[in-house]
Amino acid sequence: MSKETLAFYEEPRIGVFVCDCGSNIAGHLDCSQVAEYAETLPHVVYVKENLYTCSESGIVEIQKGIKDHNLNRVVVASCSPRTHHPLFSSSCAEAGLNPYLFEMVNIRDQCSWVHMGKRDNATHKAKELVRMGVAKSAGLEPQEEIESSLIRKILVIGGGVAGMSAAQALAGMNLEVILVEKSSQYGGLLRQVNTLDTGEDALESVQALAGEISTQEHIKGYLSSEVRDVSGYIGNYDVRINTPDGEVADKVGCIVVATGAVSLIPEGLFEYDGKQVVSMMELEQQLKHNDLSAKRVVFIQCAGARNEQREYCSRICCMMAVKNAMLIKEKYPLTDVQVLYRDMQMYGTHKEQMLWNARGMGVRFHVYDPADPPRVAGGNVSFYQSVTNEEVSLETDLTVLSTPLVPRSDAGTIANMLRVPTDQNGFFLEAHAKLRPLDFAADGIFVCGSGRYPATSVEAKTQGIGVASRVAAILFKDKLVKSAIVAKIHPESCVGCMACLSMCPYEAISYNPELRVCEINEILCKGCGNCAATCPSHSAELKGYKAEQLLAQIGAL
Amino acid sequence: MGQEFNPKIITFACNWCSYAAADLAGVSRVQYPPSMKIIRVMCSGGINPNYILKAFERGADGVLVSG
Ligand SMILES: Cc1cc2nc3c(=O)[nH]c(=O)nc-3n(C[C@H](O)[C@H](O)[C@H](O)COP(=O)(O)OP(=O)(O)OC[C@H]3O[C@@H](n4cnc5c(N)ncnc54)[C@H](O)[C@@H]3O)c2cc1C
Ligand code: SF4
Ligand code: SF4
Ligand code: SF4
Repeated sequence: MSKETLAFYEEPRIGVFVCDCGSNIAGHLDCSQVAEYAETLPHVVYVKENLYTCSESGIVEIQKGIKDHNLNRVVVASCSPRTHHPLFSSSCAEAGLNPYLFEMVNIRDQCSWVHMGKRDNATHKAKELVRMGVAKSAGLEPQEEIESSLIRKILVIGGGVAGMSAAQALAGMNLEVILVEKSSQYGGLLRQVNTLDTGEDALESVQALAGEISTQEHIKGYLSSEVRDVSGYIGNYDVRINTPDGEVADKVGCIVVATGAVSLIPEGLFEYDGKQVVSMMELEQQLKHNDLSAKRVVFIQCAGARNEQREYCSRICCMMAVKNAMLIKEKYPLTDVQVLYRDMQMYGTHKEQMLWNARGMGVRFHVYDPADPPRVAGGNVSFYQSVTNEEVSLETDLTVLSTPLVPRSDAGTIANMLRVPTDQNGFFLEAHAKLRPLDFAADGIFVCGSGRYPATSVEAKTQGIGVASRVAAILFKDKLVKSAIVAKIHPESCVGCMACLSMCPYEAISYNPELRVCEINEILCKGCGNCAATCPSHSAELKGYKAEQLLAQIGAL
Repeated sequence: MGQEFNPKIITFACNWCSYAAADLAGVSRVQYPPSMKIIRVMCSGGINPNYILKAFERGADGVLVSG
């Protein structure tokens, strides 16, 4: 910013806009009195009371005020900055005022609405809040938004149905994709599955997808490869990949984690031996190779799930059991099939219907009590049936254990490499289960498929496509524009003690050994101000929240 | 009889949690004494001890740091 532009801001000319918010504010405190009071405050040259400041006419008033009165600071006393700051600051910018010279005072959510029936007190508090906001605004400085370039290329880790779907959707938007798969083939877990619940052949379905991937010109695939190292930040990551032909280095703008999960091997559970007592995956194999000879089959649900060690429900194993029970009944109608369960997790209309159909085909379902789980001995499964208050004993040729999907053993390594969190079970943890289900808290990194939580193949695919649109929303911009509310370190006074470095939760600070000072990466900085509060020499400061600015606000108490 | 004691309370509230909670209190019309005022910060970890001292110096009876 040039000297002349800065000079314009030196002598504050503050405009204050007091909002009635209809009767939301004016109904509980005297806005006209607040406005009158604002006129008496230092540096205030213009005051206006509006019925609705956020309405079009209210915005025009602010913009007109800026022009007519040559305002170089604007304060709006109204609702919460959490909802309305962006609207007002961008309106200031439209009128030619740097948006960082805008300050908001919350006299609705934190005043008129919480002091109802105390009109005088609320009016007095609103005046004090305006006084504090005006004092802070006088010390505000213009800032320039931070811009950074974006590399239109994406790294997808994992070539199961989730990763392939993400890669395919991204490539379909003409974005370049690097797809890294650890094993020698694409397809993930579904390669071992027999028939999907939709009736499709699982292997064929992933092979079809893999075929499309391999002919897509925008996708560079690396099989039998692993990501070795990742550094950088959203828009500009440096990645190194170990491939059978040696190390490959590249640059990408975003990263997608689609590393899936594995099926628990039920060692030590229900007399598991891989012969008479098998896992669901082993049953899939038997069905695939048509070598099911058992005449009596018993499924035990929640084998190794929803217990003290693994509290979660794996969501998909009930559906798998019902699917396979029906397949057995279709192929071998005389085979007796019984399912022992705790709760049937058959969510959604399609699965609900499957359960009805299975009952119609003669599959029998019995509830068991987790406190008194079924006992498997020889060719016999016995359990306590609470409905009839009886011990029931079933003769069986094959016992199938419905085991949960569990995180891969190397999920933690990936999490550390990307600096993203996992949950208490070891699955990758999204930024917010409802609001940002496919994002990590770290900008530019996304997650889809079973690595996030056990998912069906349809869900994994949907998530993969969803991730592609999240990524596209970032990478189709010309450049990354970021709020200027970030920290700054003054190298003249920084003594290089690195106190700030260890406090920064976002690893945005690094030590420059040549200059012997700490430096901030503005793209990684999230503007928390921890470094500023820690720095013993007051060299680190948070723009827009500098100590002088805050102290001025507190000083006007 | 002396006047009723109305403590002046200054709260430093984190933008992402406590400040949002204070907004929610407003939306829910939860009522509290007007002698309490909130100053928004971007993280409770960014509060310089000087801010707290300054608040006391300016006559606060209590300072709440919430984040
Ligand atoms: C017995 C069984 C039956 C099932 N039946 C059905 C069914 O009928 N219908 C249905 O919809 N779903 C079914 N599923 C679920 C289905 O398998 C999953 O929905 C699907 O596999 C999820 O796909 P994904 O891409 O998320 O993960 P995965 O399929 O696990 O793929 C992840 C991929 O990432 C790779 N990878 C892992 N780590 C790395 C790394 N560090 N670097 C590079 N690559 C890595 C893996 O090698 C793998 O190829 C079944 C699952 C099981 C266990
Ligand atoms: S999906 Fe069914 S078998 Fe799997 S953990 Fe949940 S309730 Fe148990
Ligand atoms: S403001 Fe917070 S995120 Fe930014 S450098 Fe300082 S400590 Fe790190
Ligand atoms: S805490 Fe302050 S003096 Fe120490 S390295 Fe960080 S900026 Fe420099």
